[in-house]
Amino acid sequence: MQSFVAEPDELEWPHSSQGNEEKRNLSLGGHVGFDSLPDQLVSKSVTQGFCFNILCVGETGIGKSTLMNTLFNTMFENEEASHYQNGVYLRPRTYDLQESNVHLKLTIVDTVGFGDQINKEDSYKPIVDYIDTQFENYLQEELKIKRSLFNYHDTRIHICLYFIAPTGHSLKSLDLVTMKKLDSKVNIIPIIAKADTISKSELHKFKIKIMSELVSNGVQIYQFPTDDEAVSEINASMNAHLPFAVVGSVEEVKVGNKTVRARQYPWGVVQVENESHCDFVKLREMLIRVNMEDLREQTHARHYELYRRCKLEEMGFKDTDPDSQPFSLQETYEAKRKEFLGDLQRKEEEMRQMFVNKVKETESELKEKERELHDKFEQLKRMHQEEKRKVEEKRRDLEEEMNAFNRKKVAAETLSLSQPLKKDKDKKK
Amino acid sequence: MTTNIRYKSRIPVKTEDSAEEKQYVGFATLPNQVHRKSVKKGFDFTLMVAGESGMGKSTLVNSLFLTDLYKDRKLLNAEERINQTVEIIKHTVDIEEKGVKLKLTIVDTPGFGDAVNNNECWKPITDYIDQQFEQYFRDESGLNRKNIQDNRVHCCLYFIPPFGHGLRPVDVEFMKALHEKVNIIPLIAKADCLTPNEIKKLKDRIREEIDKFGIKVYQFPECDSDEDEEFKQLDKELKECTPFAVIGSNTVVEARGQRVRGRLYPWGIVEVENQSHCDFVKLRNMLIRSHMHDLKDVTCDVHYENYRAQCIQEMTSKLAQDNRMESPIPILPLSTPDAETEKLIKMKDEELKRMQEMLNKMQQQMHDKD
Repeated sequence: MQSFVAEPDELEWPHSSQGNEEKRNLSLGGHVGFDSLPDQLVSKSVTQGFCFNILCVGETGIGKSTLMNTLFNTMFENEEASHYQNGVYLRPRTYDLQESNVHLKLTIVDTVGFGDQINKEDSYKPIVDYIDTQFENYLQEELKIKRSLFNYHDTRIHICLYFIAPTGHSLKSLDLVTMKKLDSKVNIIPIIAKADTISKSELHKFKIKIMSELVSNGVQIYQFPTDDEAVSEINASMNAHLPFAVVGSVEEVKVGNKTVRARQYPWGVVQVENESHCDFVKLREMLIRVNMEDLREQTHARHYELYRRCKLEEMGFKDTDPDSQPFSLQETYEAKRKEFLGDLQRKEEEMRQMFVNKVKETESELKEKERELHDKFEQLKRMHQEEKRKVEEKRRDLEEEMNAFNRKKVAAETLSLSQPLKKDKDKKK
Repeated sequence: MTTNIRYKSRIPVKTEDSAEEKQYVGFATLPNQVHRKSVKKGFDFTLMVAGESGMGKSTLVNSLFLTDLYKDRKLLNAEERINQTVEIIKHTVDIEEKGVKLKLTIVDTPGFGDAVNNNECWKPITDYIDQQFEQYFRDESGLNRKNIQDNRVHCCLYFIPPFGHGLRPVDVEFMKALHEKVNIIPLIAKADCLTPNEIKKLKDRIREEIDKFGIKVYQFPECDSDEDEEFKQLDKELKECTPFAVIGSNTVVEARGQRVRGRLYPWGIVEVENQSHCDFVKLRNMLIRSHMHDLKDVTCDVHYENYRAQCIQEMTSKLAQDNRMESPIPILPLSTPDAETEKLIKMKDEELKRMQEMLNKMQQQMHDKD
């Protein structure tokens, strides 16, 4: 028998994911040129175009549409929403924007009717359902046999801007409940809307209160990433400014010798892009200029993966079977299908059984009814015969009476015939 | 500080005309006497403030009465407010100005509209108002009526948030539940978040919606025809300004060389008492300087009387059904209308009507003949 001496590498090769492969660093002799890879990636994505989806959650009239107009410097068409909706519903609108040679397919989803109802216990449900539906659509596309992911219009929500009303005290109860339901499904950035109604000192206290409430209730909001040295510093400082206090405006006012976007009050002019007036510039930087790509990544890598895992586990898929051997999706599919067919058959049997039972029941009922009817008919017949007999008797009686009467009549007539002769004789005398 | 609305004092000055002295009886001094007595007795006023948390109610009350009523109060945070019920808290202060004493009661309604499910969140408030009416009714019908305490709510300031496009369903429901029980004055809170155009649009919208939903807010009484033009003009302006857009402040800032109540922003200073900034001055003048007594009168004459009539009707109909029940309040022996007398009354009414019509016809004929 040949002795088989195995080399260490070969023994470990089937489990390469757990093994310690030796990686060797080599130095290059000259300029190869693969440093142009990022550029190739960039030019490919630019030709493909980008897509970004924003969800705006906030009360009616809090300034969601105005802020979107201000952020993207465009007038998206919007009618004013009414306060008297029966429930919350989501209104997605897609726009194609272009800046230099970059195309952006922007979808803005509005929550219409949020916060208006008297009973707001179910207000968060339509929002959660919408986010889940977008994930589901993507999952379906991913699981298809013939799929075209590169062509797929990704509608998953990348960022949720939560508009907090500037009361100056703390979050509203509805805000807390909604954010808790959303924090595991989407990146949330809370912002303080209509911030020109809060003075600086109040704003400071308000921000601290909001953040402490979020932390103490375990709400996870989006943190700007600090792992990339290029942007870590600015991101870290921005994280400290959350939630951003923003003011939106599309009207232009002349200040000094410039025309800026601002709100004109009798006591002064609030400039949207003035950093000492509000945090609009910070929001724009963070949202659009620095972290847009990171938001998309997080949505895909964290929130979508979580959804996918939960969904597949629900369906019964597992990564390892009881013997802790890696399961193949194929086998799982087969097993599931068999199960499903078995279920179907069983259900069919049940239904058939039920149907047969029902038919039997109805039949016996009908028979019962028939018998009753028959009995009734017999009874009626008997009664009818009784009646007939009685009537017959009466007729006979009547006939007898008539005969008797006739006889008497005849007798009376004959008597009367012999009588009048006597009378006449009397009279003549 | 001069006020713009002049409250015309109705105390006449005695003319020194010797010829008239003989005919001068002297009852023209009655207003004087009323003035003296009322100063001696002192006044009381109960004001209710209602609206969501964070609308600036406490700040406005402090600004109106220039005192600090809300020291050391504890505000709940969002988690505690998810299932909060509405409470009623009363603060009473005695303030005095130029010898006139006022016992001011502020009824606060923390928790209104703060929970996630706000179904019937106005019920504790309507119950409170009814309770005050009932207590006054009992006191009034009692034997010893010397020291009746009037705790009835004379006015309710309702704060509408400026962030929306008009009235919200909860606002409409609240006002409809309360408009027959108390004088409602709607206010637009935190008006420093609206530009003058936006304020105008919002006010028009709110006035429209108040009409549409049939809400009866407090109406200023018409001014008498003998007032001078300036007063009438001011009154008209006041009426067109409702609902008032108010701003309140607890802090004093320096503006244009003076120390005023205001809010300091990086882009300017909002002065609470500047008429071009907000309607605070109009509200204060209306509420305190000219219409405080009218609010009390309307409460006594209209809202309370409605309540009383309703109460009595309920009681008598109950008595008619169940004669054994003793009423806790001694009522005058009212003739309980039973069905027959009612029928008779109806018949007589109809007869009267017919006769009236005939009379009218005859008069018409006579007139035509002439």
